[in-house]
Amino acid sequence: MLRLPQFEVVAPESVADVVTALQRPGARIVAGGTDILPNLKHHLGTPQHPAELPPVLVSLSRVTALRGVALDEAAGVLRVGAGVTLSQLSEHPEVQARFPSLSQSAGAVASPPIRNMGTIGGNVNLDTRCRYVNQTHFWREALGGGCLKSEGNVCHVVPGGRNCVAAMSSDNVPVLISLDATIVQAGPEGVRELPIEEYYKADGLAHTNAKPGEVTTELRVPLPKGPRRSHYIKWSVRKSIDFPLVSVALRFDLEADEATVAAVKVVVGVLGSKPRTLGKLDDVVGKKFGDPAVARTVADAAYAQCKPLENVPYEAAYRRDMIRVYTRRAIEAMAAAE
Amino acid sequence: MNDGNYNDACSRITLRVNGAAKQLDVSPWTTLLDALREQLHLTGTKKGCDHGQCGACTVLVDGRRSNSCLSLAIMRDGAEVTTIEGLAEGQALHPLQQAFIDHDAFQCGYCTPGQICSAVGLIREGRARTPDEIRELMSGNICRCGAYPQIVAAIEQAMGHEEGR
Repeated sequence: MLRLPQFEVVAPESVADVVTALQRPGARIVAGGTDILPNLKHHLGTPQHPAELPPVLVSLSRVTALRGVALDEAAGVLRVGAGVTLSQLSEHPEVQARFPSLSQSAGAVASPPIRNMGTIGGNVNLDTRCRYVNQTHFWREALGGGCLKSEGNVCHVVPGGRNCVAAMSSDNVPVLISLDATIVQAGPEGVRELPIEEYYKADGLAHTNAKPGEVTTELRVPLPKGPRRSHYIKWSVRKSIDFPLVSVALRFDLEADEATVAAVKVVVGVLGSKPRTLGKLDDVVGKKFGDPAVARTVADAAYAQCKPLENVPYEAAYRRDMIRVYTRRAIEAMAAAE
Repeated sequence: MNDGNYNDACSRITLRVNGAAKQLDVSPWTTLLDALREQLHLTGTKKGCDHGQCGACTVLVDGRRSNSCLSLAIMRDGAEVTTIEGLAEGQALHPLQQAFIDHDAFQCGYCTPGQICSAVGLIREGRARTPDEIRELMSGNICRCGAYPQIVAAIEQAMGHEEGR
């Protein structure tokens, strides 16, 4: 039996009132609840919200303004409200038609019931995870008193390490980065929009650049300007109710002939606390998309540039091999779908 | 003031549970699962892992399947909740309940209420057409006895029934 701590819940109806409520000491946002409630049940806090202090949960359940998906052809973006559930996002016809990889990643989170509850805003703000953290309090005590991210002050992943390397485990974040999406934050100082790639930083304790009192209100995904192939692939222990062990988001923009690679962006997740965008992929530009050399080049680059840590199950060396395998499989799957 | 003293912090909420309006006084930290089991004594909904990994607590909230262990009751104020107790009409079993019996789709039975509620949601979503799709879309509900082949067969039978109506 896992006991929730005692807390207060407030449920404002507008974004402005949410921002006001977030000024209260201990305020934390709850949207679908599928990440924060297990963490609260496991007595996990954050540097801003220590587990000992009773939180004030600011529920987004009544903020109807956050629930829309809208195609804005004039601005050339798809606008996704932060309160849209992962089921709604995955099954949205425009998302399926224009952003297959985003439909795949939203549909790959956890299980269908959890996707009915969890929101895209919650998923991009998913706390980082680690095999030594996301356990019961009893388990962590048996380890000798937790770690940098829980009750302790040591790192069990990197012996002697002083920086937390808990893994960014969101399925959607690598995809949104690969699609050059932006994130909209509302806070006491107003509304700002920034590239989602700049929203994350390599610190497992505080892995986003959200300012105090901010709430994510929207994600904006630029519409493709030409032919494109995109794909999300995830390896996990059980294929369901699982966080990824490795994850790869791929986007190939093609020339008008729908065969020649014009641009490529590949983002790998579940390494450290921020996803890695692969560099040095210029060799594949100008090649035919179905050329086996393309899959090989990108898969080799993924292997060379990504170094998983022992922060989630399975050996890091094996996961590194699997990054290469899954990258190649994803490109082959896209090519086979032609 | 957030002083951590919440002993009197009960809120009155209304849930429409299995068709009947219920008024409840819940603490902010009461999950929907605990409200159903401890306050409404609807113990058909089971507590398994209590953190969203097993599906034993699956109920229908406003027609969609959800994990009640990951819902705060206070955040579901005004919602329509259907549990395993609300599926039969009098003595007439829901087609899925009958199908689970016909196919022997359980052994210990602990996961069954969640499996059946999840299957009701699955059929309503209308996305599963093949056994593979049923397996994929029922993947949030774990059966430790391993009755999966019978569960899939029972759902296939009930899907045929729904389409035949």
